[in-house]
Amino acid sequence: MKYLTRVASLAYDPEKCVGCGRCAEVCPHGVFAIRDKKAAISDRDRCMECSACANNCAVAALSVDRGVGCAAALINSMISGGEPSCDCSAKNGSACC
Amino acid sequence: MAELKFIPGDSNKASSCCDSSGGPFLALPKGLPQGAPIRDIPAWSVGTHDSGAGSVLKVSTVLSAADKWEHIKCRISAFRNNYAVTPGLYAVGEPDAGADVFVSANYKLSFDHLRSALSKINAWVLVLDTKGINVWCAAGKGTFGSLELVKRITDVQLARVVKHRRIIVPQLGAPGIAAHVVLQETGFRVSYGPVRAGDIPAYIASGYTASENMRTITFPLIDRLILTPMEINPAMKKYYPWFALLILTVFGLQPSGIYFRDAWSGGFPFLILGLVSVFTGAFLTPLLLPFIPFRAFALKGWIAGILSVLVVSSMPGLRMPYAHILRAAAYLFFPLASSYIALQFTGSSTFTGMSGVKKELKLSIPLYIAGSASFVAMLIVYKLLEWKVV
Repeated sequence: MKYLTRVASLAYDPEKCVGCGRCAEVCPHGVFAIRDKKAAISDRDRCMECSACANNCAVAALSVDRGVGCAAALINSMISGGEPSCDCSAKNGSACC
Repeated sequence: MAELKFIPGDSNKASSCCDSSGGPFLALPKGLPQGAPIRDIPAWSVGTHDSGAGSVLKVSTVLSAADKWEHIKCRISAFRNNYAVTPGLYAVGEPDAGADVFVSANYKLSFDHLRSALSKINAWVLVLDTKGINVWCAAGKGTFGSLELVKRITDVQLARVVKHRRIIVPQLGAPGIAAHVVLQETGFRVSYGPVRAGDIPAYIASGYTASENMRTITFPLIDRLILTPMEINPAMKKYYPWFALLILTVFGLQPSGIYFRDAWSGGFPFLILGLVSVFTGAFLTPLLLPFIPFRAFALKGWIAGILSVLVVSSMPGLRMPYAHILRAAAYLFFPLASSYIALQFTGSSTFTGMSGVKKELKLSIPLYIAGSASFVAMLIVYKLLEWKVV
């Protein structure tokens, strides 16, 4: 299953990449492939912006506008003005997911 | 039982005394006096095991009927909001200094998935304090994070428990973990294990490498089905009572008072269509997700919604014996309601990103507001016509 195309905020700077392969290891949607000892984005539209790749990139070659892909969280943040988070329905910081 | 003196270390509580590190009960919470009896030995523990840096609980790899019943409750109610295990180190089987270390969240459902995947394996399980939230969500929040992992590794003195320097972190924890930071801080190298705990034996068998299959998250029918009760629940609690109140008021209200018979008989088809919208948005759309055209959840929900409304409203007994304006209001409102509810399922799905959901919201929210306002306006016009005011 694929979601909307051409929206993902994933940015990649191949110049910085040292080819460690962590991004391909952590991505749960197979966005990356390692070619010639460098990471390559093979399927950008599958990116769900979880930022696992960016977080585990020791040389900061990857960046992503990280956030929850959850309508309820985003609507709540619009109403309350806060950051979108999963703490939507429950009290005392408990979460829905 | 009362003599037991171990506990998987919850060092959340601030350490008030200087800890005599190196004692036999290192895993003891620092706030508790040594030798304090443990009040609750979890039912899933099967004794204790010497970690080399203190005694830790040994856990069963078999889920009991009680565990399984709790898992069902997690899926259908707020039970899951308080379903946690104490963070710290646990033993599975008879682990020694060479055994693998698996990291988990302290949501008991996550912990249970892991321990049941480790039968016939001798391993250590390091449970992080994720406030009772599962690995993936906690990683998104950062509670399943580098900081907490580093702190736990230090607290349980993992460097004394095992002689190797590798920990296996579930791949879905990666959004919260920076492997290079953990290595720098603790000397432990993070290996990301498979997405599903069930693949761990195969992951070990293939020399600690995960196939592409093990690395990829899917969203099969069964997973979508399991998640639907928690979609139906809030929709029925949050929206439906208000909707029902509005409908019953509109149909029951007369200049001379409220007529309950009119409210019920007139409102009945609308109340049913309201239920149909919830069912379509919260159950049918998630279930049929890959088969409904278009990628936007709002659009999928609308398509499923208009089809359901057309089918249900053509059933004998449910035909709307209404004025044209009410029929128009129904065809306008109910598919939109289904669309809105289906859009909420983005939060449960495994492949929607924030930018995409934002885009959907930007386009759909004005439509939901306009649609709902028009719906109410049409109901008011209908009442005015009925009362021959206009």
